[in-house]
Amino acid sequence: MRFDSLLDSLGRTPLVGLPRLSPSADVRLWAKLEDRNPTGSVKDRPAFYMISKAEKEGLLTPGCTILEPTSGNTGISLAMVAKLRGYRMICVMPENTSAERRQLLEMWGAEIVSSPAAGGSNEAVRVAKGLAAQNPDWVMLYQYGNEANALAHYETTGPELLDDLPTLTHFVAGLGTTGTLMGVGRYLREQRPDVKIVAAEPRYGELVYGLRNIDEGFIPELYDDSVLTTRFSVGSKDALRRTRELLEQEGIFAGISTGGALHAALGMAAKAVKAGERADIAFVVADGGWKYLSTGAYGGTLEEAEAALEGQLWA
Amino acid sequence: MAIEVRIPTILRNLTGGDKAVEGKGGTLDELFGDLDTRHPGLRDRLVDDKGLRKFVNVYLNDEDVRFLGGLETSVADGDSVTILPAVAGG
Repeated sequence: MRFDSLLDSLGRTPLVGLPRLSPSADVRLWAKLEDRNPTGSVKDRPAFYMISKAEKEGLLTPGCTILEPTSGNTGISLAMVAKLRGYRMICVMPENTSAERRQLLEMWGAEIVSSPAAGGSNEAVRVAKGLAAQNPDWVMLYQYGNEANALAHYETTGPELLDDLPTLTHFVAGLGTTGTLMGVGRYLREQRPDVKIVAAEPRYGELVYGLRNIDEGFIPELYDDSVLTTRFSVGSKDALRRTRELLEQEGIFAGISTGGALHAALGMAAKAVKAGERADIAFVVADGGWKYLSTGAYGGTLEEAEAALEGQLWA
Repeated sequence: MAIEVRIPTILRNLTGGDKAVEGKGGTLDELFGDLDTRHPGLRDRLVDDKGLRKFVNVYLNDEDVRFLGGLETSVADGDSVTILPAVAGG
């Protein structure tokens, strides 16, 4: 395949079957390899859409500064596009994220403002909103509320899935900004009204839920629960176990949030088997494992890996 | 046997610091009512007159109860209920 530039190569990622992890010939699992995007994650799609939309609307002009709260992947994608388009990029990132994410952001020229570990991404959002208020000329694309985030998936990821798998019955993805699930989910529901849309929400260590008050909770503006069929909370131990199974059984080296999505996908597969129903279950490999090597996720016992992840934002 | 309920840090002032408590009931609503008799004030932090509070997420065996039956979701001995505040991902 030939493309005019790196950005032109975005999307059209492979959908690969999992012959060993699929329970039967009638109940099959399929992995959408979003690590095969320019910066190695699914976030390249919304980043490109959000920047393009802001350019069209005249919000972003050459030399502008982009500000974004991000636990990593969105920031990395935005930094890459910003570098190519001539924008300054500032990321607000919780301090409890992996070292590789910081290195990658700096490599693509982003400046990093750290937010406190306690409260996780909630704090990053709060700090970024404060900075945006102090610097009105900066452009905050705000992935949690930007329709272009979900639109990227409605217009690209969703159609790609159905093109490759017209018999699709389930779609499973990690829940963060909710953009992937909202965009793909809406598209698939229009095309296949009976499709099941399943969210796998990471359940972190207690530090991340260390809010001062329950009213400080956060729900992304993009989130619409009517798009989902159901939503599972997946702890770090299950996510790690599935991440390792994917590597062992199918050779796919994925990040830890992918293990969470696989865990929910396998749960839906087991239900389909029990009910005697046919199923083609597609789930998102949001990124590869490279950025998580320093977390110890892939070596030692599961218990050691789980202990090492305590308090880290792994999705 | 009873139903295990995992309590988030932010609500442990109501459970004497306990990370998990046990309760009984046929529905989530009854379970919260039962817990409130031993941990007064807990129910009010989870539920308002419209149902589950906006920033409170409750999971029955890891599945979000909003997609099951909300407060009317059936629960049984041996189930595990997890309460968490809604936080940002991404």
